Amino acid sequence: MNLMSLTAVELGKKIKAKEVTVLEATKAALAAIEERESKYNCYVTVDKEGALKRAEEVQKLIDQGELTGPLAGVPVAIKDNMCTKDMLTTCSSKILSNFKPTYSAEAVVNLEKAGAVIIGKTNMDEFAMGSTTETSYYGETKNPWNEERVPGGSSGGSCAAVAAEECSYALGSDTGGSIRQPSSFCGVTGIKPTYGTVSRYGLIAYGSSLDQIGPVAKDVTDCATILEAISSYDKKDSTSVKREDYDFTSALVDDVKGMRIGIPTDYFIDGLDSEVKEAVLQAANTLKEKGAIVEEFELGLVEYAIPAYYVIASAEASSNLSRFDGVKYGYRTESFDGLHNMYKKTRSEGFGAEVKRRIMLGSFVLSSGYYDAYYLKALRTKALIKKEFDKAFEKYDVILGPVAPTTAPKLGDSLSDPIKMYLGDIYTIAVNLAGLPGMSVPCGTDSKGLPIGLQLIGDCFQEKKIIQAAYSFEQTRTYKRPLN
Amino acid sequence: MSKQYETVIGLEVHVELATKTKIFCGCSTEFGGAPNTHTCPVCTGMPGSLPVLNKQVVEYAMAVGLATNCTITQFNKFDRKNYFYPDNPQNYQISQLYLPICRDGGIEIDTPAGKKTIGIHEIHMEEDAGKLIHDEWEDCSLVDYNRSGVPLIEIVSEPDMRSADEVIAYLEKLRLIIQYLGASDCKLNEGSMRADVNLSVREVGASEFGTRTEMKNLNSFKAIARAIEGERARQIELLEEGKQVIQETRRWDDNKEYSYAMRSKEDAQDYRYFPDPDLVPVIISDEWLNEVKAKQPELQAEKKERYKKEFDIPEYDIDIITGSKHMADIFEETISLGANPKKVSNWLMVETMRLLKEHEMEPEDIKFSATNLAKLIQLTDEKAINSTVAKEVFEQIFNEDIDPVAYVEEKGLKTVNDEGALRSTIEQVIANNPQSVEDYKSGKKKAIGFLVGQTMKEMKGKADPSMINQILVELLQ
Repeated sequence: MNLMSLTAVELGKKIKAKEVTVLEATKAALAAIEERESKYNCYVTVDKEGALKRAEEVQKLIDQGELTGPLAGVPVAIKDNMCTKDMLTTCSSKILSNFKPTYSAEAVVNLEKAGAVIIGKTNMDEFAMGSTTETSYYGETKNPWNEERVPGGSSGGSCAAVAAEECSYALGSDTGGSIRQPSSFCGVTGIKPTYGTVSRYGLIAYGSSLDQIGPVAKDVTDCATILEAISSYDKKDSTSVKREDYDFTSALVDDVKGMRIGIPTDYFIDGLDSEVKEAVLQAANTLKEKGAIVEEFELGLVEYAIPAYYVIASAEASSNLSRFDGVKYGYRTESFDGLHNMYKKTRSEGFGAEVKRRIMLGSFVLSSGYYDAYYLKALRTKALIKKEFDKAFEKYDVILGPVAPTTAPKLGDSLSDPIKMYLGDIYTIAVNLAGLPGMSVPCGTDSKGLPIGLQLIGDCFQEKKIIQAAYSFEQTRTYKRPLN
Repeated sequence: MSKQYETVIGLEVHVELATKTKIFCGCSTEFGGAPNTHTCPVCTGMPGSLPVLNKQVVEYAMAVGLATNCTITQFNKFDRKNYFYPDNPQNYQISQLYLPICRDGGIEIDTPAGKKTIGIHEIHMEEDAGKLIHDEWEDCSLVDYNRSGVPLIEIVSEPDMRSADEVIAYLEKLRLIIQYLGASDCKLNEGSMRADVNLSVREVGASEFGTRTEMKNLNSFKAIARAIEGERARQIELLEEGKQVIQETRRWDDNKEYSYAMRSKEDAQDYRYFPDPDLVPVIISDEWLNEVKAKQPELQAEKKERYKKEFDIPEYDIDIITGSKHMADIFEETISLGANPKKVSNWLMVETMRLLKEHEMEPEDIKFSATNLAKLIQLTDEKAINSTVAKEVFEQIFNEDIDPVAYVEEKGLKTVNDEGALRSTIEQVIANNPQSVEDYKSGKKKAIGFLVGQTMKEMKGKADPSMINQILVELLQ
């Protein structure tokens, strides 16, 4: 039996039924890493020793009847921008190359309470800035479907690790599409929850008003189960929202009869790959055949999302990343002359090009004289985009569209043209600006055999609707593995 | 000097709030812990940590705003002020720029020309920074984050003051209000109250303000007064020489009585303020505002009125006692323990003031408890000790807050009430001082004073003078 080809929930059931021990599951994950990691480079850190030790502890707790949840004993990979106590947390940056947090992120703590065994920390675009996982200081991650292709980003390590079966599931984070886009490129399923659903405490911030942690897994059932485990109201995060409906698995129902699904016509524009378009419309048709009411509509303001996003996210990032200065932790330059020279050299040497680009952009839009023209205008745009979605959700339960205009590009193609890379986020970014839940579900492959993702967007706090739509759609397909 | 100049002064006053915990985390605000012991991931700027606002900070800021006649901004926000310095672990300070919690207030001060209102432009909440310690020997700097995240309010006045006296009057008034509210102890020497002075000069009658400088590092009222005089003179001298005042920040050196430039406007930083996305807007409902209003303690003016009605003590005494919240507290507590208000007031006005002056202390520094003062007053009421002994005992209370009952007992200071013993001592004194006796009998009634003194001496001070007097008169008849 190949334990790593099971979904997280299937593996959890076997562990619960004592058909498999936690140690066996953990060793299977470590063996998969041993076998395939050199090819894909999904991880920055693999904590073999810690995982094996933890496996025995979790087994004991399961045997004592203290851990009974669906994820108990299942190996997980955590994106390297979430703090893990005493375990290297680098954000794939040189500047945090030696940083071991003194505490774990709330989402990680929640997973540990559910009995998760953390295998390691996954690779990402440096500080989550990028759409390809190529900006990592620790080398690029490769797409398990085609090693010449990027896995997407910034949660490329997490998505590739799930696709390559180097873990049973993973956590990612999504600021402008960083869970959904790599999920799409890697043929896995991912959810970006409503802003405020998963605590950001311990998530190393990129764009604080947009960041959300979410699950990456093989299927919708896993995603709903993981989201249920990591969501919580957290007093340590002022933007955390108290919800009464964390039972996301209750939405795993194969029924879309009467569900109102809207397709924004303004998503089907120049630059959208025809094969992607076809697969997405085919998926819409499938849902229609299952009884959903599918309509086209005009969303509006689609083209303003990208500039608004890059202003807001970069502004926040320029301030969020100022704490990395070589004073308290992380990398410090070897030799320097005085404090300011130390700051300058540390940050020049510690950050990569894309991070520097966004820090400069963010500093510029916040500087006096430009604040109103850029930052405030972007905030107003953000509010208007939210209004467009509000109008749409008066008519529809779910908005359906592509995740990205194309399938995974070749390694090296994107970084040479950052503007083009930024434009690739056109379908995902507005969801973050409006704080909505969004999801990527595999809906086919293109003629090159690369996966295509279907995006389902819900109104705030309506994860259950998109989970139900995704689950129903998933029933018409079988999970396709990249590995032979 | 041919021209007449007017000084224009505005103040930025930072006050450390008396909360138990920091503004954005649960760490203690206690002063003086070992370095970096009152810290956590939040106040040391660890990656991934997030601030959560301490509600008490908002309530104190509201209380100060209400007491200084400000309008409370019921929808206010925190902003990040971005600048790099190692005492600031995140390299941004969480403060309020765009929507501060209080605006448009003012307080009245007394000046020789009468009452004057000093406007308050705004009050905002913010976090304090850590402390850098420069180690000259090791040639390095160390940082202590215990103070990082301690809550502050910054009270920004309008440029309404015209002299050092007005500045001191404003600061004293402000301090008293804040102390009455219990929002801070406002100790300048410990840094829980800090004032930056913005000062410019202009010719009398001019309508435009002159170029101002900002002066920092002022740790006492005296230093503030000296710095104002010094800066005024420096600016006038520049103008008289036909030079210009440069807009800059200057640091006052109180030992040298001179200020020197720290940074000019040209190298002023762009702080790139923007709303902190980690914090939600502070929304103050009418209900919450009314709650804080209802909880507002009695301030000096109200207290004065009440004292006038409740206690039969001179208005001058009331002014002095209510001039310090701490002193007023002792006054009221001693009375609540059963002491006569007039007597309490007397102890505070005479002996306490004398000792404060002698030790160069402020009323805020009074260490003794109401309990021991009440006990002392009771001892004198019971005539267990006479007034000379009482003064001696009070000094002990003032210095070390001793229990007067135990002290009197231990030192054997109790008045001797044994009439027989007293009578025989007096008989002895009469026998030994025939001249005085004769003087008295011949009509020099004042001579009795000498005999009382002699008796008291014999009794080692432990006698009731009125009793001595009574027996003497009786025996001399």
